[in-house]
Amino acid sequence: MSASSSDPRFAGGRKPPSKGITLSWADPKLRAIVWQVVIVGLVAGAIWYLVSNTAANLAQRRIATGFAFLGRTAAIPIGEHLIPYDPSVNTYGRAVVIGILNTLKVAVVGIILTTILGTAIGIAQLSRNWLLAKLSAAYVEFLRDIPVLLQLLFWYTLVQTLPVVRQAWNPLPGVFISNRGLRVPELVWHAAHTWALVAFLIGAALTFALNRRATRAQEATGVRPRVWPAALALLVGLPLLVWAAMGAPFTLDMPARRGFNFQGGGLLSPEYVALLVGLVLYTSTYAAENVRTGILSVPTGQWEAAAALGLRRGTVLRQVVLPQALRVIIPPMTSTYLGITKNSSLAVAIGFQDVVSIVNTILNQTGQAIEGIALIMAVYLSISLGISLFMNWYNARIALVER
Amino acid sequence: MSAIAPGHHVAQPSREPPPSLIAGPLAWMRTNLFNSWLSTAVTLALGYLVLRMGTSFIQWAFIHAVWTVPMGANGTLDPAACRAAQGVGACWAVIWDKYRFILFGRYPYDQQWRAAIVVVLFIGLFVVSGMRRFWRKELVLIWIGTLTVIGVLMWGGVLGLTYVGQDIWGGLPITLILSTFGLAVAFPLAVLVALGRRSTTMPAVRMLCVLYIELIRGVPLISLLFMASVMFPLFMPEGLNPDKLLRAQVAIILFAGAYLAEVVRAGLQGLPKGQYEAADAIGLGYWRKMGLVILPQALRLVIPPLVNTFIGFFKDTSLVLIIGIFDLLTSGKVAVAEPIWQAYSTEVYIVLALIYFAFCFSMSRYSRGLEREFGKSVRR
Repeated sequence: MSASSSDPRFAGGRKPPSKGITLSWADPKLRAIVWQVVIVGLVAGAIWYLVSNTAANLAQRRIATGFAFLGRTAAIPIGEHLIPYDPSVNTYGRAVVIGILNTLKVAVVGIILTTILGTAIGIAQLSRNWLLAKLSAAYVEFLRDIPVLLQLLFWYTLVQTLPVVRQAWNPLPGVFISNRGLRVPELVWHAAHTWALVAFLIGAALTFALNRRATRAQEATGVRPRVWPAALALLVGLPLLVWAAMGAPFTLDMPARRGFNFQGGGLLSPEYVALLVGLVLYTSTYAAENVRTGILSVPTGQWEAAAALGLRRGTVLRQVVLPQALRVIIPPMTSTYLGITKNSSLAVAIGFQDVVSIVNTILNQTGQAIEGIALIMAVYLSISLGISLFMNWYNARIALVER
Repeated sequence: MSAIAPGHHVAQPSREPPPSLIAGPLAWMRTNLFNSWLSTAVTLALGYLVLRMGTSFIQWAFIHAVWTVPMGANGTLDPAACRAAQGVGACWAVIWDKYRFILFGRYPYDQQWRAAIVVVLFIGLFVVSGMRRFWRKELVLIWIGTLTVIGVLMWGGVLGLTYVGQDIWGGLPITLILSTFGLAVAFPLAVLVALGRRSTTMPAVRMLCVLYIELIRGVPLISLLFMASVMFPLFMPEGLNPDKLLRAQVAIILFAGAYLAEVVRAGLQGLPKGQYEAADAIGLGYWRKMGLVILPQALRLVIPPLVNTFIGFFKDTSLVLIIGIFDLLTSGKVAVAEPIWQAYSTEVYIVLALIYFAFCFSMSRYSRGLEREFGKSVRR
């Protein structure tokens, strides 16, 4: 701009080419602007068309928009709720919250179980034991080629063919397996338990700090101070001490047969069990593939170098290969976790009351289709975003630090 | 006569036994099954489990199974034999009775040969598309031609075929239609969206593409299907109400488009920058640069993950069960809703699983093969 006047190429008195706006179709910038205006205009037009149609339709059917319906009394019976709920008193809003909690209950437990099972099977696929390797490969190949919805329906049918309450299996005292689900003894919660839990968390934090100090000492001196006695005392001793100091309360609520159902104890409903089993078995095949490719991505030289140091195969896997493989495993594992969370919405097909199922009932009762679906989408978008953020943070933490 | 030079020994036949512990099946078992005490324990435990479960499955599925049941007095099948075998043997009679319903749903019984031809045509289309000698422009024509024939066969109404409305289509053809038409439309959409997301000169378009991709990928397919079944009628002007199948198809296309776009984008990113610069340097415009230089290479890079995504969508079409569309899974589920067969849904689900498995497994084998083939040129 201003530099052009001192440019020697223009010293001969020739005027520099005009920098003003020339309306030429050959100008890529102009073309880009025109195209963007056209495309955004088309999309906006389409959205406006849909919105105006919707508004007209809603007006015609006399459906009021807005989320006011969330404040009305729900009257939906919900079998499983983590927070107190009474359909004749509580509102739709509370029902939705219960649905979200149920979805999270499936997703969190599912993610933990999937990680454990998937890692085990992924490693087993690379085992030197031929039978183990082939069986786990067959497991992965078979289960991942069958739609997860079909698997859920299958497990749900199986759970329903379990014996009735009268003939419930009783493998352990207090544990009953029947077509009404899995009944287990439940600890009667006492304030002492809460404090023991708090003590455990404090102990865990202290152990973590101790461990870091030991690592620093090892880096400085080459000798790692012994940590485990202190860790044991902090993790087990401290909570036990707190619990004992508060009178060591321990009562179990044992389930007992009462007529056609059970009384007392904790319940895992058949729907929840079927959903969890189906989702975990299906998703763990994907997790196993992530783990397997991750381990294979570590160069063979690492295995050989570690073996040359005289480490055992298990130690090599744990201390040398897996930490390096983790960097390859985490990104695809994130999408696997997102997958199990989204697939938990299939609960609606087997009658587990997750957020989709509850909102679906609500929108059938109230006719608030748009708000209902927007609610479902918002919930899943938030959960997905949360998982992505956490996994990105973890990924950044374990990323290879280079120069 | 000593022709043999001193110091040269004639090889004596060895007295040692043949080295059965270095080569041969015994040695193989030793290294692969009984390598250490842990490995031995695992082998024994797994072997016991496999034998135990295998034999009980074979007994259930074959030995004690009931294959057919006789016709009862009132003209319906009499499942007494199945009831007697309940718990010990499978009741395959339900498949024998219901297989046409499971495969073709409520499609008119005497016209089901048309649906059967459609299934064969679809499989033929997949096989042809998988062969590399057909990877050329004419393939698009083959697709258009085959899909037209499929439409004619399913709907009828011309060439002397009776008209069959799409509300009574069902079974395997629906699954194949939803996945194939879905991909045929979603793929070009995905390429456009991926290009839009990579655009450097049009930030507004890039924003739109990012919004679309992330929004769709963040929510479950079910919520889109619900949207198609409950919200779509509200979107449309009064009197225009597209049919349920079409609405589900639109939802699947939108869903597949977002996932495929990310796969395509990976391919675009995987291509060296030099390719873009070279295409610019010889003065190609945007579309010719993409169409002639970038996309042919980028898509080739991502064929294996593309096939894996296809497998995912093939499985995901089963979700239309939840909004009541008659695909393969739904017709299987409806088949066992009949009172006499209610107790035998396991058998039907196993057969459905085998059908899905056959399709997905062959696609995944094919994708593995391609990966190996493409890997060859890279590794050299």
